[in-house]
Amino acid sequence: MDQTIAEHRSPPTVNWKHLLAPTGNTGDAVFRGLLFAAALLMVLIAGAMIVALAVKSMPSIRQFGFHFLTSSEWNPVKSEFGALPFIYGTIVSSLIALVISVPLSLGIAIFLVEQAPRQVARPVTFLIELLAAIPSVVYGLWGIFVLAPFLRVHVEPSLQHWFGWLPLFKGPITGIGLLTGGIILAIMVTPIISAVVRDVLAAVPGSQREAALALGATKWETTRVVLVNGAPGIAGAVILGLGRAIGETMAVTMVIGNRAHISASLFDSSYTIASAIANEFTEATQDLYLSALVELGLILFLVTFIVNAIARVLVWNVTRKMSGVSSAV
Amino acid sequence: MRSEIYELRFEISDLKLRYGPLQSEIRNSQFEIPRMPAPTLTTRIAVAERPADTPAARTGAAAKISVRNLNFFYGKTQALHDVSLEIPERIVMAFIGPSGCGKSTLLRTLNRMNDVIPATRVEGEVIMDGRDIYEAGTDVVDLRRKVGMVFQKSNPFPKTIFDNVAYGLRINRLAKTKSELADRVEQALNDAALWSEVKDRLHTSALSLSGGQQQRLCIARALAVRPEVVLMDEPASALDPIATSKIEELIVDLKKRYTIVIVTHNMQQAARVSDTTAFFLLGKLIEVNSTEKMFTNPTEKLTEDYITGRFG
Repeated sequence: MDQTIAEHRSPPTVNWKHLLAPTGNTGDAVFRGLLFAAALLMVLIAGAMIVALAVKSMPSIRQFGFHFLTSSEWNPVKSEFGALPFIYGTIVSSLIALVISVPLSLGIAIFLVEQAPRQVARPVTFLIELLAAIPSVVYGLWGIFVLAPFLRVHVEPSLQHWFGWLPLFKGPITGIGLLTGGIILAIMVTPIISAVVRDVLAAVPGSQREAALALGATKWETTRVVLVNGAPGIAGAVILGLGRAIGETMAVTMVIGNRAHISASLFDSSYTIASAIANEFTEATQDLYLSALVELGLILFLVTFIVNAIARVLVWNVTRKMSGVSSAV
Repeated sequence: MRSEIYELRFEISDLKLRYGPLQSEIRNSQFEIPRMPAPTLTTRIAVAERPADTPAARTGAAAKISVRNLNFFYGKTQALHDVSLEIPERIVMAFIGPSGCGKSTLLRTLNRMNDVIPATRVEGEVIMDGRDIYEAGTDVVDLRRKVGMVFQKSNPFPKTIFDNVAYGLRINRLAKTKSELADRVEQALNDAALWSEVKDRLHTSALSLSGGQQQRLCIARALAVRPEVVLMDEPASALDPIATSKIEELIVDLKKRYTIVIVTHNMQQAARVSDTTAFFLLGKLIEVNSTEKMFTNPTEKLTEDYITGRFG
């Protein structure tokens, strides 16, 4: 056992035949080769995407350089392209989504795992998983015809009335804009986060709950112990939701207003990277315009990559802190 | 006298060291209670270890807990049949019996831990300090603070050693100042014979401790809130012989201040640590007697058969 591992780890003399069939069985070798090919394909696709995006966005990168990231001028007619409004719109709408959906999802998951009787928990869990599967166009339609009018008539006026002194809630009320985009994202992301958090909490061993209960913990105190146990998984769920929110295109495009500018007001229209690419691809007749859109894609790719990397590090850190040296073995 | 006791102790731990690994091997290989060839020998030594310090068991000191006509159901399955039992104060009582005999279920009725299992039902009374803990209006949270519990598998929280022990003190607001909290944590770790091993690493993860240390940490955590009764559900069944003997010494030491009820699969363990033993079979209490009598001259034929390894 140890020997084979040691042999695998000696790179200078790669014995392909041995690597593919350490057991000397042809079937095993074929199986192993297929699996290796499948795994390799994923790596190749990811690599090919980065290369393609980078190559296609070279004209734009050469023309604007770093200025592309800091300029808020997006004027195809003058061939002026700056990505800042899209980055801003993407980040702010995703943040709104998280601010709303994380507490909501935690509440749902805690209720389902810790409080709800089984007869209630089962159908509700099923419904939540169903919500996660609804196509985003449907959410978008609902956003335009139900959510946006509702916000315009009922929610945004009172927000402005009570919190109008904040720059966030100034300006004309249209029902279409950053806030609506953020809320529709929150609604789309909540099922995903709550489904994952539910699984995480359900996986916390019952012995942890018993330990807390046996010390005289109340239901709430026991739940906190469960949350501490599930912290890494919960962080992962939130990042998963964030990833979805950042990349979401259709529903947001339909309710965010699609205007490339930066405004402090959440009632104002905005634009996200994904929406811009989807909307303007057909109009991009000049090479530079197309290249600028591809560069937006590259930025989106990198942002998602960085978010996921941060999430990994976070989860890894928490896990390492929680588990000691000996238990890790 | 004293030196004799120490000599005997030494002999016992020597025996444990020699036969312990064998024992656990047998346990692992068969997944059932080991039929040791010489349980009676160990028993005699163990009983001799404590010559006359168990008056409570014989004179029947004031009962801390009285179980009266208790029936317990998991759904339609009845797990306990009409169990009545007195648990005197400040002794160690052991529950023995084969798997599925209801001994753990009975233990968990004493602090109402079975409440959290859906579709369970209790009939009968469990009187503690003159009140039925199952009567309406019982503060279950308060009950569980008074009746601490140590589980079969150690279950420390994924927090630091200090925070683990401090947990019960914090949620029950039992320490007013930081220094009081630190004092009580130290004391609890001392009581659990763990302080000297962890005092320099209180703020490292509890999960970095060994299995035996984790279990003693759980005992410290339970003791920190100063319960009146400590329930132990096979506290040493997952530990090696050396860690087991440490836990057993601890139990014997703790009964000066606490009433302890221990469930164990291991009859030698029951003989070594307990004053009174109750034997269960198929949800029924077969016999309860002083441990010495139980292991040398049991009243019931069934008890004798079980103790001598004729079934189980």
